[in-house]
Amino acid sequence: MIENLHKNRPVQLVIGLLIGIGFGFFLQKGGVTNYDVIIGQLLLTNFTVLKVIASAVLVGMPGVFLIRHFGYAKKHIVKGSVGSAVVGGLIFGIGFAVLGLCPGTAAGAAGQGSMDALFGGIVGLVAGSGLFAWLYPKLSEGILGYKPLKHETLYELLGVKEAYLIVFCLAAGAIFLYALEYFGI
Amino acid sequence: MLEMLTQMTWSPYIAGAGIGVMSWLAFFLSDKPLGCSTSFFRTFGIIRKAVHKKGMDENPYYIKYKPEIDWQWMLVLGIVIGAFLSSVLSGVFEITWVPDMFASEFGDSPVLRLIVALTGGVIMGFGARFAGGCTSGHGISGTTQLSLTSIVAVIFMFCGGIAMAMAIYGVF
Repeated sequence: MIENLHKNRPVQLVIGLLIGIGFGFFLQKGGVTNYDVIIGQLLLTNFTVLKVIASAVLVGMPGVFLIRHFGYAKKHIVKGSVGSAVVGGLIFGIGFAVLGLCPGTAAGAAGQGSMDALFGGIVGLVAGSGLFAWLYPKLSEGILGYKPLKHETLYELLGVKEAYLIVFCLAAGAIFLYALEYFGI
Repeated sequence: MLEMLTQMTWSPYIAGAGIGVMSWLAFFLSDKPLGCSTSFFRTFGIIRKAVHKKGMDENPYYIKYKPEIDWQWMLVLGIVIGAFLSSVLSGVFEITWVPDMFASEFGDSPVLRLIVALTGGVIMGFGARFAGGCTSGHGISGTTQLSLTSIVAVIFMFCGGIAMAMAIYGVF
């Protein structure tokens, strides 16, 4: 039943659009489609972004685990290396601070009328990813494969059961968010 | 309930929880993780294909990510529409060129802001493909699945971002 739905390409495009509309709605209502909020997070004066990401992950984690556990979906993990994650992450971060939005929130900012996100951010994202593709043949032989990560997930690295680690993360996450509010951050 | 739709902002915890539920729907209904940055690359591929039709297949990256409109591309289009609807409902939709914080630090020239935003977009687009994902793909979906690559990538995204933002705003 659900497999047939997954294979139905036209329906999937509509589902993608609808989930995107929900995603964009929540991003905008959460305030993270604003340059000032993102820069505030990077300057460590406004912790809205951290709160949104942390609660998305904490709510997502048990649900996605159960959906995978019952066989409705597969694991979707991008395998990487120290080279790709560290260097790529740092390059991303520099661009993140210069634009003041990330790819998803840039799309959301464009939707709420930020023309700099549309004509600067989105055009730049398209060009920058094209530039990467152009250099990809060379990068893939070098830095992208530098020290591949041996373990795919944190629970494999730690050698614990996924479900136990999720329970631990939920408890630790709840305490962390409670502490943020307690200290008025 | 209806008043919620017209509120200017929600608690970041409610908004975040909503995004978490969207990730359930993405896995359950589509067997897909939430992600954004690949769509910008596919857009580049679609434009490139339209401009010159030959020479596409030589680069393995265009084989890995075909220049086509896929599920995630529709998701990103949805984000634009969703944010538009949300901002219109709460009456904050406004055509703007320069964000407030940028204007108070660097002036309100739209040209300067566009150049800076374009530069940031190019660097971030390059970095997102380099890292294999962005703040959605790695930050939300990867972390949700406790992916090691994603956790490392997100830590360095924020390290780079915090250092650069502090340099730009002269905190150092």
